[in-house]
Amino acid sequence: MWTADSILETFVFPFAISLATLSVFMTALIPVLWIERKLAARLQGRVGPYEVGSPHGYLQPIADVLKLLSKADMIPTQADRLLFLFAPIWTGTCALWGVALIPFAPGLAAFRSDISLVLLLAVASLPGLGQMAAGWASANKYALVSALRVVGQVAAFEIPLIAGAITPAIVYGSLDLNTLTEAQPAVGFLFGHPLGIPSFLLFLVGMLAEGNRTPFDIAEAESELIAGVTIEYSGMRFALFYIGEYGSLFLFGLLACVLWFGGFRGPFVPGPHWLLLKGFAFFCFVTILRWSFIRLRIDQFLKISWSGFVPASFLLVLLAVWWVG
Amino acid sequence: MIAASQIEPVRPSPLDSRTGERREMTLHMGPQHPSMHGVLHLVVGLDGETVKWVDPDIGFLHRGVEKLCETLPWDAIAPVLERNDYLAPSTNSHAFCLAVEGLGGVDVPRRAQWLRCLADELSRISSHLVAWGTMGVDLGGAFGGGTSVFLYCLRERERILDIMQEWTGTRFHPNLSQIGGARYDVPAGFDRLLDTKLAEIDAKLDEMISMMEESPIFQARTRGIGVLSPELALGLGACGPVARASGLALDLRKTRPYEAYKEIDVPIVVRTEGDAYARYRVRIDEARVSIRLSRQILAGLPDGPIHGRPPVRSSKHKAPAGTSYAAVEGARGELGVWIRSDKEMSPTRVRLRSPSFANLSAIVYILPGHLIADVVAVLGSLDPVFGDVDR
Repeated sequence: MWTADSILETFVFPFAISLATLSVFMTALIPVLWIERKLAARLQGRVGPYEVGSPHGYLQPIADVLKLLSKADMIPTQADRLLFLFAPIWTGTCALWGVALIPFAPGLAAFRSDISLVLLLAVASLPGLGQMAAGWASANKYALVSALRVVGQVAAFEIPLIAGAITPAIVYGSLDLNTLTEAQPAVGFLFGHPLGIPSFLLFLVGMLAEGNRTPFDIAEAESELIAGVTIEYSGMRFALFYIGEYGSLFLFGLLACVLWFGGFRGPFVPGPHWLLLKGFAFFCFVTILRWSFIRLRIDQFLKISWSGFVPASFLLVLLAVWWVG
Repeated sequence: MIAASQIEPVRPSPLDSRTGERREMTLHMGPQHPSMHGVLHLVVGLDGETVKWVDPDIGFLHRGVEKLCETLPWDAIAPVLERNDYLAPSTNSHAFCLAVEGLGGVDVPRRAQWLRCLADELSRISSHLVAWGTMGVDLGGAFGGGTSVFLYCLRERERILDIMQEWTGTRFHPNLSQIGGARYDVPAGFDRLLDTKLAEIDAKLDEMISMMEESPIFQARTRGIGVLSPELALGLGACGPVARASGLALDLRKTRPYEAYKEIDVPIVVRTEGDAYARYRVRIDEARVSIRLSRQILAGLPDGPIHGRPPVRSSKHKAPAGTSYAAVEGARGELGVWIRSDKEMSPTRVRLRSPSFANLSAIVYILPGHLIADVVAVLGSLDPVFGDVDR
């Protein structure tokens, strides 16, 4: 029997929450794009976007999106049509699911769960699947080589990423991101615990690999593979891959802030502003990393993962378990 | 020493008689590819990511320059040739003018000789700056630290272009050499300008080194990659920084000195590793040497006229009959021009010996066995200019 309450709870709330998350996420992506372009320009001694929304090109991201929207949607004749059309949607939306799990204020997340950390990590590894599908479906050799690299990359760097992220969960005995935020000392898990820094470093490396950032942007590697899996895509489908890439980077940034930097907590009033501020600061840090390094080769990359980061991950988890007792 | 003919290039595998296909996956890199240094089309045979063979396809930038020279009056050829190796423009016209002067026995004033050498040294610095920058992009991509290196390098190159602008009025193609002399004398206060700009570049070189060389990733990507043995380098006619990185002390400025280099001691930078790192490093050290040589040439600039009397400016001029070959040490190695004249208004035949072509031919030998990522690293370290390769 449908009551007013149950209808609200079943249909209206999820919809409203999804809409709210979507708008927060999309609004957050616009400054993310602008920050990246401006920061990269500063690092390289350029000014970056300047004319669109002068004096500092504030409207440039909007112009970028409008340009992509107006482009012809091309599908190669030999492509696997269904997979080709579906892959960008998959990659572009997965990061969004993850944002729904992030607690923005005490007890405030679009989707609350006792195991939100596990759910988030599961969701966050999904974009790779869309990239693989795109690489296979494009019927292009560059895309295929890139898809193979994505497989190797996801397999190799998921382990350090997860090991880093579950260390605070083991230490504080919870998989709920809200509880984990509350349980941290005031300086955050990063400085408030001896395992903070090693676990953060592992997470950072895994995150850079997952988010396709130099020195680990092996899959896209545009000086070798031109555009990697996105080589045959144009217009909005191409943009969806970028929404996915920046989205997952931003999502990982938020997760890092939740797990190591105290999430929504901060001086004065705790709340979403602290989390977003930390998230953007973290994104700037990652951007600086990106524009300062050159790329590793795929074999060197896999080697340092399997012989360095993966053993270190297991060691870290063992240490965390030993610490808890 | 092994004769070069004994070292066989790795040829593309034959087509399967039944299926009509090759065993390897063929990947066509270029001519439109971000790291093919212009318009190289490279057919790569891949087994997984391992390169089994490469089949270069050149000629996309062929403009028929040698043929064009046969239709132009003698004094109009040098500016056209400057478009060949467009990253070190003044070396091209210099080589051509030397060849024509050898033909006619033209006496070039000493001051003009030194000015030409100064322009060569400056263009060598700017060319090497572009070489590191593009190598950075090849290694790091347009969305990463590689582009940062590239833009820093171009920023420094801008200073050389500023110097050329002050001197000749043109930033990119100075068009300095003319048959029998130099077209422009240095302006007043030029020594101060040169000194400041070169000091700025010299200071920034350390920054480049810390961006590239001190990064363990750069070391991992270039050490032991694309090793060119001295025998192979000699056999292929490799020259310039590529040959010197393989342990061959080949430098025309030293081995067959011309003009100002007869009086100036040019230290040759040689490394023995022969890998991509050595080629990069030789260029860095050479740029340092060139900065010093530029200062030295300007300090010792002889007085006198900058071109002989009368200057060869008339389109009706006919060079004496005969053949002549002259070469200068360009930024990429021995840049030679061979001319045959039948005492006509234009040369009967012009043949260019381009260093980029000789250096590029090494890829067929050294790339097999490497990964896709190494293809671009090696290509970046060989630094071919396609205006020069395809002519």
